[in-house]
Amino acid sequence: MKTTAAAADGAKANPVKKRKKAAYKSGHSSMTKRSLRKWSWLFIGPVFAAFIIGFIWPFAQGIYLSFCGKFSVISQARIKGFENYVKAFSDETFFHSFWFTALFAVVSVILINLLAFTIAYALTQGVKGSNLFRTVFFMPNLIGGIVLGYLWSMIFDGLLDLWTTQNLVDNETYGFWGLIILLLWQQVGYMMIIYIAGLQAVPDDMIEAAKIDGATKTQTLFRVIIPNVMPSITICTFLTLTNSFKLFDQNLALTGGKPGRLTEMLALNISNGYSNMATRGMAQAKAVIFFLFVAALGIAQLVATRRKEVQQ
Amino acid sequence: MAALMAGTALAGCGGNNNSSSSKADGTADSASKAASGAKGSVYWLNFKPEIDETLQALAKKYTETKGVEVKVVTAASGTYSTTLTAEMDKSNPPTLFVIGNQQGVKDWGDFALDLKDTAIAKELNTDAYNLYDANGKLVSIGYCYECYGIIANPDLIEKAGHKMEEIKNFDGLKAVAEDIHKRAAELKFDAFSSSDMDDSSSWRFTGHMANLEYFYEEKAAGKTWTECPATITGDYLPNFKNLYDLCINNSLTAPTDLSAGGHNAEEEFINGKAAFFVNGSWEYAAVSKKVPNAVMIPYYCGVEGEEKAGLNCGTENCWAVNANVSEDDQQATIDFMVWLVSDPDASKTMVEQLGVMPYKNAAPSSNGFLQNAEAYSADGCYVMDWATNYQPNVDEYRKDLVSALNAYNADQSDANWAKVKEAFVDGWAKQYKAIQG
Repeated sequence: MKTTAAAADGAKANPVKKRKKAAYKSGHSSMTKRSLRKWSWLFIGPVFAAFIIGFIWPFAQGIYLSFCGKFSVISQARIKGFENYVKAFSDETFFHSFWFTALFAVVSVILINLLAFTIAYALTQGVKGSNLFRTVFFMPNLIGGIVLGYLWSMIFDGLLDLWTTQNLVDNETYGFWGLIILLLWQQVGYMMIIYIAGLQAVPDDMIEAAKIDGATKTQTLFRVIIPNVMPSITICTFLTLTNSFKLFDQNLALTGGKPGRLTEMLALNISNGYSNMATRGMAQAKAVIFFLFVAALGIAQLVATRRKEVQQ
Repeated sequence: MAALMAGTALAGCGGNNNSSSSKADGTADSASKAASGAKGSVYWLNFKPEIDETLQALAKKYTETKGVEVKVVTAASGTYSTTLTAEMDKSNPPTLFVIGNQQGVKDWGDFALDLKDTAIAKELNTDAYNLYDANGKLVSIGYCYECYGIIANPDLIEKAGHKMEEIKNFDGLKAVAEDIHKRAAELKFDAFSSSDMDDSSSWRFTGHMANLEYFYEEKAAGKTWTECPATITGDYLPNFKNLYDLCINNSLTAPTDLSAGGHNAEEEFINGKAAFFVNGSWEYAAVSKKVPNAVMIPYYCGVEGEEKAGLNCGTENCWAVNANVSEDDQQATIDFMVWLVSDPDASKTMVEQLGVMPYKNAAPSSNGFLQNAEAYSADGCYVMDWATNYQPNVDEYRKDLVSALNAYNADQSDANWAKVKEAFVDGWAKQYKAIQG
């Protein structure tokens, strides 16, 4: 009796349960959506607040300060006009740093990308031990810029000792190539990883089709592979370009701008100006100019390379 | 947590009340003020990382005995000016900070309380290390002074068959140094320790040794600088060259290896590897442990009458009290300063770390090099004041000088010395212009 009652109960209960389940299911998804929307600020909030405190606010304040006269503390800074910009544009060290940095960026962007792509290409050809090589090439990227700078300065001085009495900090040319070598050593591995990812995403059937059509290896590389890895090239050139322009730690530790201020790149030039009250406002103006320039350059580069990307 | 802190603070106050009641009148006065609750607090923004530990201990001791809160914050090496910029803008800015030279007076003088006739100014025994602004306001007062010159190891000099008495001028110094360098292999030590030109050491030459040039210019003109001159003549640069050449060419390290740095001149000297070491009185603690009878001699550089030269004495350690904090805080700060320079234990600790404190009731200095400085003065020798403090746009000026000296170290040609002169003399005018406006 008990069992039949239970069975009948179960039979009766079943359709209800089903209905309930369905109702629950549709309600659940809309409910999660609603509660997610309700709580989203909790997830976005901290990051957004950090972004405002750590970036937006200082950035706005920086722009404001670049228009101010000489100040000892920020609350006493008063707007004075474009004087700092006039001074910045007539500062010869700023121009030197600009051209030095620009030349540095051109050379490093070309060399880093060529080397990174070549290594990535070689390591995707099924060479034995390519995983080991990938790790080895990537590892320099894990060391901080300051440490790298000090280490390499010792290496360079040791090497230079073999044929000259000058050290790295005595000669602008040595300093320039020293910085290039350091940055190559550090960044080629990182860019290589991006290129490898790009190369592995090239559809095999395309390469096969090219082979069947009788394309040579070079033709396959330039007509099939490179157009297909254009997104990687875009991101890598963007990263290397902005990294070169923003370079600071490595510059500070390797040459410190020496000899004199001849190997001082833009970021170091700006930061050196800030410690001195007389040049503080000018340094701030330089920072704004620097930002506008790097932003414009970055966007221009993105637009230019994006156009060459192909849709898969 | 806050309750716990309040609890300990109260316990501290209570304990203090008991302990200070047994003390002399002067201290009981401030202690009763502390107990009554109407008190300020002290916030010292210190610029010397090497004395941070000592100051923290002193601050703790002061809080324990007087019940007044003392906070000491030390700016990281080389960041004092930017730290001060940031801290001064806060709602609880430093009550005590450092204005060390005339440039500082220009930049921060508005923030400083006029210390004339304050309790701390009355403790001073000399006006020599104080800084005034253009209106005669006493902006900051020296809390210690230091000296620099050439530290010598008399034992090694005797071992080489010479006597300290032979070194009374540049010719004497040159003869001894060159003889030691010539026989370095046989003697197993050299004349000068390394004169590295990296950032950890170059200031000994571009900042300190350069002072001899500025000082003799001042002396020839017959008056000490009170503000940065727009130009300098470089008349005594050949004398700077005399001493500089002697240092780099009679040393453990070849001149061509100096720009990279990496040598430890202090260690070379205290380990008996070199007889001479260009540095200052702050080295006494480290040096005297192993070379107890080390002495400091003047920068002999071939100037006429230099037999009467003394050491380079001066300071950048000058206290300023923040004019923009509450009167309670200012008073608490001045009380604390007076305690530092008059309490026997506190002033002894300060003196051990800092050199001589020019205050009536401060502990006497145990620093042998500063005693050398005083002995020179007692003998009627002239003190070489720190004209180098006026170097305009100092970081940039020294940077250019270092790079010119590096080029000269690599190849000691006349053309390269001309570049040193350019950085030294024309660089002064250039940097002077850069900081105007």
